[in-house]
Amino acid sequence: MSKLKNVGDLQALREKLQGQISRRKATNTTITVGMGTCGIAAGAREVMHAILEELQRRDIQAHVTTVGCIGMCSREPLVDIQQGDEDRVTYGNVSPNMVPRLIEEHVVNSRVIDEWVIGRVSGQGG
Amino acid sequence: MVEYRADVLVGCEHGEHPDLVGALKAEIERRNLGAEINVVETGCRGFCAMGPILLIEPEGIIYCAVKAADIPEVVEETLVKGRVVERLAYQEPVTHQRICHYEDIPFYHKQMRLVLRNCGMVDPRSIEEYIASGGYSALEKVLTTMTPDEVIQAITVSGLRGRGGAGFPTGRKWSSTKHAHGECRYIVANGDEGDPGAFMDRSMMEGDPYAILEGMTIGAYAIENVREGYIYVRDEYPLAVENLRLAIERATEMGLLGDHILGSDFSFHIKIVRGAGAFVCGESSALMQSLEGSVGEPRPKHVHATESGLWGQPTALNNVETWANVPLIINMGAGEYAKIGTTNSKGTKAFCLVGKVRHTGLIEVPMGMTLREIVYDIGGGPQEGREIKAIQTGGPSGGCIPSHLLDLPVDYESLAEVGSMMGSGGMIVMDDTNCMVDVARYFLDFLKDESCGKCTPCREGIKRMLDILTKIVTGNGEMSDLDKLERIARTVQRASLCALGKTSPNPVLSTLRYYRDEYEAHILQKRCPAGVCRDLITYNILEAKCTGCGRCLRNCPRKAITGERRKLHVIDQALCIKCGICKENCVFDAIEVS
Repeated sequence: MSKLKNVGDLQALREKLQGQISRRKATNTTITVGMGTCGIAAGAREVMHAILEELQRRDIQAHVTTVGCIGMCSREPLVDIQQGDEDRVTYGNVSPNMVPRLIEEHVVNSRVIDEWVIGRVSGQGG
Repeated sequence: MVEYRADVLVGCEHGEHPDLVGALKAEIERRNLGAEINVVETGCRGFCAMGPILLIEPEGIIYCAVKAADIPEVVEETLVKGRVVERLAYQEPVTHQRICHYEDIPFYHKQMRLVLRNCGMVDPRSIEEYIASGGYSALEKVLTTMTPDEVIQAITVSGLRGRGGAGFPTGRKWSSTKHAHGECRYIVANGDEGDPGAFMDRSMMEGDPYAILEGMTIGAYAIENVREGYIYVRDEYPLAVENLRLAIERATEMGLLGDHILGSDFSFHIKIVRGAGAFVCGESSALMQSLEGSVGEPRPKHVHATESGLWGQPTALNNVETWANVPLIINMGAGEYAKIGTTNSKGTKAFCLVGKVRHTGLIEVPMGMTLREIVYDIGGGPQEGREIKAIQTGGPSGGCIPSHLLDLPVDYESLAEVGSMMGSGGMIVMDDTNCMVDVARYFLDFLKDESCGKCTPCREGIKRMLDILTKIVTGNGEMSDLDKLERIARTVQRASLCALGKTSPNPVLSTLRYYRDEYEAHILQKRCPAGVCRDLITYNILEAKCTGCGRCLRNCPRKAITGERRKLHVIDQALCIKCGICKENCVFDAIEVS
């Protein structure tokens, strides 16, 4: 890495690097991908990669975690998105090409895409 | 830059299973998860009793005592399926409840990890991770918004005192150095940690070296006319030396150290000097002698180092923990920092909690926390069936604090009042199986070797005190020895040249003060109440409990035990060396020490 010539360089670098350890800091958004055997078989890994790429492309701070099978195998891949104290929203049959719209509308603009939703858990309780 | 979804932080390189990182990387590679999961080698997380420790973020799942063989399961269950591997989670000793999130473990949630915030959380070899977690923002603030005098003012207002143990106000030290006359000035970081059972400084140098460099750089800016600083590290700390060296290299490359730091007119260089491990070199004047290449011996202190230190120039010498506090104070603001702690002791202190507690490790607590909270809430209390007898703080220079004073708040003054001292942060917990006379003897035995021999009271006094203690623990003591011991102790305390000598009688005086009855038992009844002193104890096999299983017989290194199978076994006292192996091995509790 090149030499930092002034304080501005240091600030710019810090901003750029912050994503590198964001997984160890609190973020407002958690995206959970169902990764049981059923999920993986239905393409959950590709969906997760698409999510990671999209987050990186748009420079969004969010935690991406995986969980096992929740029991609704027919609707896999399942992706849950939760922001702050809002409801945890579950989307079903997610494919990689749906990911950009999910990120754009739900994560960035906090607008739930009702037509894809298959379940909700109250944010306060759950 | 790659966007990972999870970080696996591996905190312990030492321990029984050194290749956890290799196993983890191989398993992740095998399952083709390399693009999703990032393995980070960090410094010590402090929970040494439970190590090696894995921390999985962003979930915050902590696994204890992980072996290489556990790795496939961890990857499969947690990293792929997002499930917790219960058997590796921390188990609460009383309720046996499994706790899988590290904030919920009592060991951590009672602590206030400010100086240690990065230890175990970032890769100490990566300047990028340090910067990303807010590193160098204090230097940035200092260079852009504060004058050197304002920095010293902030350190003074914060109430920061030397973390090496003596507790001298850091702001005042910096200010005297700045106002002394000299061609140039030096700053030094003391990383010559030598107390038995203490490893705070090592963990900081290994786990967060950049914080020390940043603190020193801010110090150099504040004191002015400082072109060079030194970190004195003992050579027994190879990883600390390596991480510091790499940190200096990387910081210099990035323009955060060296000439024209961040494009300003301010230049500052840091060099590492490795000490050969003499305990006395932790004493400031001996350290500077050693730094100059002379024999590490202290000198009289009628002239302070702040006036004439390294190469006769004004020198500010602080412990590495003190330096690591500096960026924190600048970032928090002196006023906020001063709200932590007690009236005269501000901020936090790192301690190495070792000895007879369940959760040994490296902890950081606000000043003023009571010993009871530290030992019971963080340390988890004594081992099953045992009772805490004393807490030894300050290493060989400190004293033993008896259990009835457990509600004492930990700060510089309170510890000194009861005959101990803050010291650099060793905290050894002792229970009813520790003999206090033997403890005093142990520390004097250590100091006898470490006394540099320059002044008579320390060189001869320690030896004579040790002779008397040895006489007592072998059953040859007389009551008049106690007065003699106390008299020598007072002389050594008053007449020695440096702090090593002056504080060396502390273990003797504090045990005499609180555990005189144990000394008397050794002398009058020729009895060691804790069953430690070998010349005063015998091992016997109890007829009522012995089943004749033969375990003791097989394990005895001197073949001192005889007996037929299923019949009472007997120890031949003439052959017995009182090693205690038979007692450790007996499953029927049939071996008695008397």
